[in-house]
Amino acid sequence: MDPGQFFASSRVLIVAGKGGVGKSTASATLALAAARTGLSVLLVEVAGRSAAAPMFGADTQGYEATVIYDEADGGSIYTRSITPDLALVEWLGNHGFKTIAKRMAKSGLLEIVATATPGIKDLLVLGRIKALEQESPADVIIVDAPAAGHAVQFLRAPIGVRDTARTGVLNRQAAEVLEMLHDPARCRAMLVTLPEETPVNELIETAFAIEDEVELALGPAIVNGILPALDGLDAVPPAELAQAERDDLRMAAALRRDRAALQTEQLERLGTALPLAQIRLPQRFRAQLGLVELQALADAAVESIDSLEAWA
Amino acid sequence: MNMRALIESREVIVCCGTGGVGKTTTSAAVAMAAASMGRHAAVVTIDPAKRLADALGIDALHNDPTIIDGPWPGTLAALMLDTKATFDAVVRRHAADDEQVDRILDNRFYVNVSTGLSGTQDYMAVEKLADLHSSGDWDLVVVDTPPTRDALAFLEAPKLLTRLLDNAIYKLLISPQQGVLRAVNRAAGSVVRQLSRVVGADVVDDAIEFFQTFQGMEEGFKERADATLALLGDDATAFVLVASPRADTLSEATYFLDRLGNAGLSAAAVVVNRMLPDLTVSIDRAEALRGELADGDAAALGIALADHAAAAAGDDERVQALVERAPDAVLTRVPLLPSDVHDVATLRTIANLLTR
Repeated sequence: MDPGQFFASSRVLIVAGKGGVGKSTASATLALAAARTGLSVLLVEVAGRSAAAPMFGADTQGYEATVIYDEADGGSIYTRSITPDLALVEWLGNHGFKTIAKRMAKSGLLEIVATATPGIKDLLVLGRIKALEQESPADVIIVDAPAAGHAVQFLRAPIGVRDTARTGVLNRQAAEVLEMLHDPARCRAMLVTLPEETPVNELIETAFAIEDEVELALGPAIVNGILPALDGLDAVPPAELAQAERDDLRMAAALRRDRAALQTEQLERLGTALPLAQIRLPQRFRAQLGLVELQALADAAVESIDSLEAWA
Repeated sequence: MNMRALIESREVIVCCGTGGVGKTTTSAAVAMAAASMGRHAAVVTIDPAKRLADALGIDALHNDPTIIDGPWPGTLAALMLDTKATFDAVVRRHAADDEQVDRILDNRFYVNVSTGLSGTQDYMAVEKLADLHSSGDWDLVVVDTPPTRDALAFLEAPKLLTRLLDNAIYKLLISPQQGVLRAVNRAAGSVVRQLSRVVGADVVDDAIEFFQTFQGMEEGFKERADATLALLGDDATAFVLVASPRADTLSEATYFLDRLGNAGLSAAAVVVNRMLPDLTVSIDRAEALRGELADGDAAALGIALADHAAAAAGDDERVQALVERAPDAVLTRVPLLPSDVHDVATLRTIANLLTR
């Protein structure tokens, strides 16, 4: 599949996964791969500290869009972060609380509102993303979704709010967000994992939960940290080498073989359990996360996308 | 002080760190190591993968300690935190009578607080920990912390409810009739009306009813929060930071250490899981060997060795940078294991590695 066509098939890509699977790296890689096809990309980070922007060498990242990558022939990446608290203050400001929204935040009333309406913050973050989808001139919007075990909770929020707040502005907001989530041309989730047992299990669970409970279409899964194929690991180290060197060679080869076997097993299991295409990103042994590294990963992503079948 | 001494001497060990680094497994291994030393240890796990319950040799974990049988002189027990059940128990403990309990447990705002509120899981983990610690049944309570982006959620958790209760507007909401505050109350009333318009009247009514019902319990909750915070800051408590050498998780770990330091606390130990085994040859020699072997039958071996050496060097460098942030912490490196933990034997291997 042509990468340009790939990135044109869904405007918003929500990149989600558990902690430690390299979700921010995957988001940054996708953003770069899209920018290199000449697209303008908005990379959105949700809550917490920015993890993807520093990979482009950008110091900080604020609520306002900032350019972090710009190519001569048109591709570019903007980034901005959305914090749940700010999204809530902003939304209240737009709904009759302009003068007191900040004071509400300070006094703790905001916490009461958020507690009284579970999911409101997540909904408003998604609402902000939906607003960006409509306002932003970007060709592709890549969302680095909240880490930890919250991807499903985050994406389920609009359903929860729609069911508790049956009428009024919140209900309308939830309905609008769901409309975006349910339209594969507008939005898809891309799940990130590692070729290991627990991350694969979690990806499978998350994928079914997102499809069944949220009815959000899934794009290809992103598998990080793939060991490059290496044949001939059964060879015997040359006898003329020192004993310690031969031992090290044997140990490194055995470990590589074991890990490769484990990886093959897990990738097969993932493929069997989930009928999703996979974008595979290589493990980088000499990794210093930076633009050079991202370029290499983006090359791999593009190569992987090239070999994908077209998806509906 | 080393890891063995920590596990031997402390009453509470809090395992913290981001998700995906083997935190739950490390917590279980720490408790198992304590049991091997003859201590009575309980581990509180948060949503463990089923394989861990399997590894501990039990079908399922629940909210009360389950004794795990094994060849150790001490006692090992494990439980899985049930946030809602723990919160309900806390309400029962502080309530004046059954009627107050029922009214709170039935309130929708309370249901939100006890199930969906971010921070509730941390709050109840601390409650469970304090509960087990004060029961006197355990020499050591090990607690796994919920995966969270906010490093200090766990420390702030005990104040979750008291912070809501301390809120000035809340005080106005629950006392609409007090004379001196009538003018202020009119303002509060108008806030409530506006809020109702946005989030719905039912939602606001539930919140007000919750706070009204809660009256009389504030003091008990505040004292408990103060006591648990004191326990977390006590010398009998150790924070163990669990990490893996991946660049992204180590940057989270560094951030966590800094936040802990800002709160006047420090990590007593750092456990880095999934370290590559050490090589005898230097990274330069590994690189040279790759060149020497490139054209022969053993070319793949040279590549595997050079890749291993480069990855291990990067890992070492990152781990070193992390421990420099916590010079007083004990560092334990746990090697990459060939597979995930599926049985007691593997867990014991990790327990032994932690205390060797």
